[in-house]
Amino acid sequence: MDKLEYTALGQTVHHCVLPNGLNIYVDVRPEYGKQFAFFATRYGGMDLRFRGEDDDWMETPAGVAHFLEHKTFDTQDGNALQIMAANGTDPNAFTSCAMTGYYFDGVRGFEENLRTLLSFVSVPWFTQESVDKEQGIIAQEIRMYEDDPGYRAYTGMLKAMYIHHSVRTRIVGTVESISHITADTLYQCHRAFYRPGNMVLCAAGNIDPRRVADIAREVLPDAPASIAVTDHGGQEPVEVGEKFARQIMPVSIPMFALGFKGTPAAGGAGLRQRLVAELVCDVLFSPSAPLYNHLYEQGMLNGSFGSSYYAFPGCAWIMAEGESREPERVRDEVLKEAARLGTEGIDQALWDRLKNAAYGSMVRHLNSMEDTCIELAEAHFNGEDYLSFPQVFQSIDRADGEALLREWCVEERTVLSVIEPEE
Amino acid sequence: MRQHWKRLADGVELAVNQTDKFKTGLLGVTLTIPLDADTATAGALIPEVLGRGSRNYPDMEKLSAAADALYGASLGPAVRQRGESQCVSFLCSFIDDRYALDGSAVLEPAAKLMGEVLLDPVLQDGVFRRGYVESEGANLADRIQARVNDKRSWAIFRLIQEMCTGEAYAVDKLGNADQAKAMKPEELWAAYRSLLSGAKVNFYYGGGAQPERVEDAVRHAFAPLLTGRDAPVCCQVIAEPRGPVRTVTDAMDVTQGKLAMGFRTGGITVESEDYPVLLVCNTLFGAGANSRLFLNVREKMSLCYYASSALDKLKGLMVVSSGVEFAQFDRAQEAILEQLEEIRRGRFTAEELNAAIRTVSGDLRGRQDSQGQMEDDRLTGLLFHCAAGEGEALAQAVERVTARQVAEVAQKLKLDTIYRLTGKEG
Repeated sequence: MDKLEYTALGQTVHHCVLPNGLNIYVDVRPEYGKQFAFFATRYGGMDLRFRGEDDDWMETPAGVAHFLEHKTFDTQDGNALQIMAANGTDPNAFTSCAMTGYYFDGVRGFEENLRTLLSFVSVPWFTQESVDKEQGIIAQEIRMYEDDPGYRAYTGMLKAMYIHHSVRTRIVGTVESISHITADTLYQCHRAFYRPGNMVLCAAGNIDPRRVADIAREVLPDAPASIAVTDHGGQEPVEVGEKFARQIMPVSIPMFALGFKGTPAAGGAGLRQRLVAELVCDVLFSPSAPLYNHLYEQGMLNGSFGSSYYAFPGCAWIMAEGESREPERVRDEVLKEAARLGTEGIDQALWDRLKNAAYGSMVRHLNSMEDTCIELAEAHFNGEDYLSFPQVFQSIDRADGEALLREWCVEERTVLSVIEPEE
Repeated sequence: MRQHWKRLADGVELAVNQTDKFKTGLLGVTLTIPLDADTATAGALIPEVLGRGSRNYPDMEKLSAAADALYGASLGPAVRQRGESQCVSFLCSFIDDRYALDGSAVLEPAAKLMGEVLLDPVLQDGVFRRGYVESEGANLADRIQARVNDKRSWAIFRLIQEMCTGEAYAVDKLGNADQAKAMKPEELWAAYRSLLSGAKVNFYYGGGAQPERVEDAVRHAFAPLLTGRDAPVCCQVIAEPRGPVRTVTDAMDVTQGKLAMGFRTGGITVESEDYPVLLVCNTLFGAGANSRLFLNVREKMSLCYYASSALDKLKGLMVVSSGVEFAQFDRAQEAILEQLEEIRRGRFTAEELNAAIRTVSGDLRGRQDSQGQMEDDRLTGLLFHCAAGEGEALAQAVERVTARQVAEVAQKLKLDTIYRLTGKEG
């Protein structure tokens, strides 16, 4: 295995690519008691239309990647969740827009659990009976999300922002859409995306990287296989579809998601764009920046407020979310401040301080093996080297932030999604 | 990791977990007072108002700028309930000196900043700034009222209010929304002065620095707090329900029902000999993917989207929390109780028991990998003089738990109150 040294961060990561195309990253941490493994495929909620080698385009119902995640735990002998839980580990999984990841952590039995993880994820076993039963469970999960105002504000924002891109579809789908999923759908999606060449394995803890690679070689198929091509919808304009979205729910204060439609980064520039965009979030929304304090002191925002940057293939956006009795005024003030900063420039001392803070926050993030492995996996799918962030930070200056503000934070790229209380 | 402990004055302690494994250090100061409806609102509001500005950094923008300059040190207030105590904390996480780009020390300036925030607030007419008290009071009231937004935790919150009526445990650690909105600066200032002079004080540091260096930094930054005080910490444990099982139902505009059930543990708490058994019993019954509630009630019977149980190790409670369809309330409730009955009768396999033991002991050992969990455990351990801060010893005790002990402890669990959150047209 190759040994990648990140001396500025005190991190060592071992990396290799197996003949079947699987990339493996191992972050060795001798002083940790737990071990962690994360096995992910580049396949998520927005990958609804795809074509395998020599196949026709296939359309799948919304929610299928998430449904598949639930059913992947089924094995011919039972359920991998219980096998692993019986071994004292804590297996789980999540589905994002562009990735499905399976993971476990534990303080013992790492190799055995790793074998189980690689095996149940790579060997599909679906029966129509279990698919039918899962429909009830996932329908309940969907209803639970529907009672969550933060989720509704966020999904409402995306649906208004994008006209064609499939990121506008909810990852979990709807009770109606998942009713069309069959065991056969799951097999087809599994065959298209759950192939070693489309996957990554990241592990961390006090473990021997060579053993991780050996086990992956033993459990997974040897031969490389072609990877499905996905289609995320027609050409997306730079403007948003709808500038305002409104829903009514039992909340005590209106909740909002304020989104700015971005331009997806060019290949290899994703980490840089992320750092710039996150700094722009800070310039606008950090408590150490003027706008946030102005809004807070005016009573337009309260403590439950946050912002972040999101990017998936073919799409990128900045979102701020929180509670406010006057969400429209918040939007107007944000746009005004963005226009001011775009023309007058960002205060240099503020920019330097925020950069310092952002660097420290990413260093802090590395305390978590879970977060580190997920970042390594995402960066791998994007063709990036996550742990090079200290160098990337050095190459960024405030002109990058100002350019992004001028391009993205303008009225035609802005969506305000609001959850209003019942009368 | 090495653990250190030192009394700095009567009722004032410093605990250090020294380890190099993290990229960051965590420094905390916690003031603990009895949870009481008369003082809870002030206790929750004080750290929020302090967080608005100190004399040197009189507004949030300047204060955040000072923290940002320390590589984004995250300085945050925390209000936690531990048993029947309200713990008012400031926790500061900052990168270890090794990763500072200019190689400067971060611990000392971080401690100094925390000390200023806690002990040297910006004043107006000798008390807290009126504007800060008003806006933070309004925000706190919003937070209290926003509890209802998350139905899963709301159902548990309502259950506890009903089940523990009249006990200090049922007092909301955030206080009362009306009191928060009406709070006057003079009144809050008096509460602040009595918090500083009367509360139990726990300093905590987890990270790479030597304990002597930490003690120096704490003594410099928090000097006015290092005065003796008599501040006992206690929690009333009620071993058995005081009457027949009560059922309380609320109706709201929701699409999914919530069912929460509260049990008394027969007086078993973290201080009891049976505590390791209770941990295993709870896990076997309802915590994690190998539990009876997950495997049977959720997976096999598809009665709930989620169903799990959790303990309050200080108060001696077990709470079951589940999401159910409105039509399934009765069946889900029956199924949950049936699973407990099975455990009471010893009807579980050796594999199930071993899986639960491995889950509990693994979780206890794994907590040493998280700075936040280490702080929380050490604080609980010191406040209640119990084994919460000693993960390894507790994990070993858990590994000795037998099936018979689990059944016996399950027999001591007594259902007290049931809470149902149902739809409006149900």
